[in-house]
Amino acid sequence: MTHGIVWKYGDSVNTDVIFPGRYTYQIMTPAEMAQHAMEDLDPGFAAKVKPGDVIVAGKNFGCGSSREQAAACLKAAGVQAVVAKSFARIYFRNAINLGLAVLQSEEAVDALETGDSVDIDLAPGRIRSAKGTFPFLPLPASVLGIIEAGGLIEYTKKKLEQEQE
Amino acid sequence: MGKTLTEKILGRKAGKDVQAGEVVTVSPDYVLSHDNSAAIIKEFLKLGVKKVKAPGKIVIVLDHIVPAADERYAQNHKTIREFVAAQGIPNFFDINAGICHQVLPEQGFALPGKVIVGSDSHTPSYGALGAFAAGIGRTETACTWATDEIWLRVPETMRIDLSGRMRPGVFAKDLSLKLIGDHGAEMANYKAVEFAGPSAHDLGVGARLTLANMSAEMGAKNGYFAPDDKALKWLEGRAREPFAAVSSDPDARFESVLAYDLDALEPQVACPHTVDNVRPVSAVSGRSVNQVLIGTCTNGRLEDLEAAAAILKGRKVHASARVLVLPASWEVYREALKSGALAVLVDAGCVILNSGCGPCLGAHEGLMAAGEVCLSTSNRNFRGRMGHRDSEIYLASPATAAATAVTGKITDPREFS
Repeated sequence: MTHGIVWKYGDSVNTDVIFPGRYTYQIMTPAEMAQHAMEDLDPGFAAKVKPGDVIVAGKNFGCGSSREQAAACLKAAGVQAVVAKSFARIYFRNAINLGLAVLQSEEAVDALETGDSVDIDLAPGRIRSAKGTFPFLPLPASVLGIIEAGGLIEYTKKKLEQEQE
Repeated sequence: MGKTLTEKILGRKAGKDVQAGEVVTVSPDYVLSHDNSAAIIKEFLKLGVKKVKAPGKIVIVLDHIVPAADERYAQNHKTIREFVAAQGIPNFFDINAGICHQVLPEQGFALPGKVIVGSDSHTPSYGALGAFAAGIGRTETACTWATDEIWLRVPETMRIDLSGRMRPGVFAKDLSLKLIGDHGAEMANYKAVEFAGPSAHDLGVGARLTLANMSAEMGAKNGYFAPDDKALKWLEGRAREPFAAVSSDPDARFESVLAYDLDALEPQVACPHTVDNVRPVSAVSGRSVNQVLIGTCTNGRLEDLEAAAAILKGRKVHASARVLVLPASWEVYREALKSGALAVLVDAGCVILNSGCGPCLGAHEGLMAAGEVCLSTSNRNFRGRMGHRDSEIYLASPATAAATAVTGKITDPREFS
């Protein structure tokens, strides 16, 4: 179980505001990416976010480009999970492939506000706060193996090693 | 129960009967990447394998920042060229080819019935020719290079039935914006979108590429037209290998069906800062602009440049506006030279850029200062995408863009017909 503070945003938070295109084709370290997280939506975010914090947002989080830094920069900034009403599909894939938890719960999003304190328990799929306990949809079984391995790179590495044996 | 085009293509690849909702692991026909190949190579090297598994399936097109705008981009390109040579990747297109989403159809990779995944969100474009094509991320592109396989969830399908005929001054781009404006930017999230109905096959391949490209802005996994005679004719002399076209069965299961009458369609404009903030051009006409961008993977084909040239012929770009033109590929560039469209645009005062992504994603070649406004024929108008976070982007068709270029204000192109 992990503990964090909520940063709440609206619907359709797109990849350009999470990680601006002007940096997309510069190869950066995770720490450098973290400095630009949410830059065009909330310029104060990167300086204030703390490890374990949680982004809570409305519908279609991560819509727009396929840029993976939009998931990587949040993970590097210490964000433990994004809770949204729904996710754009490439963002959802990228987050899983990088090991960033992406959780869907309409009730949690409606209830939670910036500054709320939450505990997230991935295994039974539960978000707890002073405003109540909210269940979220478990991830499909087919992708759990990727999460359990710590991301797609580790998962594929193990698979390739097994094939060679 | 019949099958949709997507169920058929993914089922054939998976070697079994599949239906929407299932997760399948398939070996794709082609894996696209562009300038982001440099970042993908970095991930690939973490996997501990020396060689890509199927070099002939990898297609790399340098298009995002071409030619390189600074030394970091130059280093990315160099890294990619060296990797291509070392791995023996035959399908590499350098800075003089064009935008990947135009190059893959022109070069005969985008074929009916094929599975194409690409590390770019507008990969669904290839559905215009009846392929299954979906965008993926960088890490999974690296892993697909190593394993020659990827997991995909078979999507449910939304069908959009088109009837009637678009009036003069109205284009496929207007239809795509109208759809997204009416139903929101996640209208087809995770889904396939089939463009069908009696009028779908009246649309040319260029219009189909625009609509399939814009299906990404509907949230779709893939967007497509059933391949017909028009598509097959376009592919003559281009297809680089045999293919087997498939279409949805008449009794296939569609999750939802929308109907649109093209006769009733007007020119549309997507206003800042989301693609679904759409109004008819009449509601925003008169808004002053500083810049107009005509081209990109959405609207940079010959017919788009000619639609713009028809309006700009014998006229001048308004003194308060600058106009950038991005042909979608070098093939288009050459055709537009021959047809005279580029001469018309240059005489009018437009700046012609190298075929590529240009300022569309905010990396180079015409970015905006705070407070500036651009009307663009591209596909996204998110805050800060084309420069300063306090600049604004409006999206429209090439005809609306050309009319706007003449007046310096957002203008209905039908005023010039």
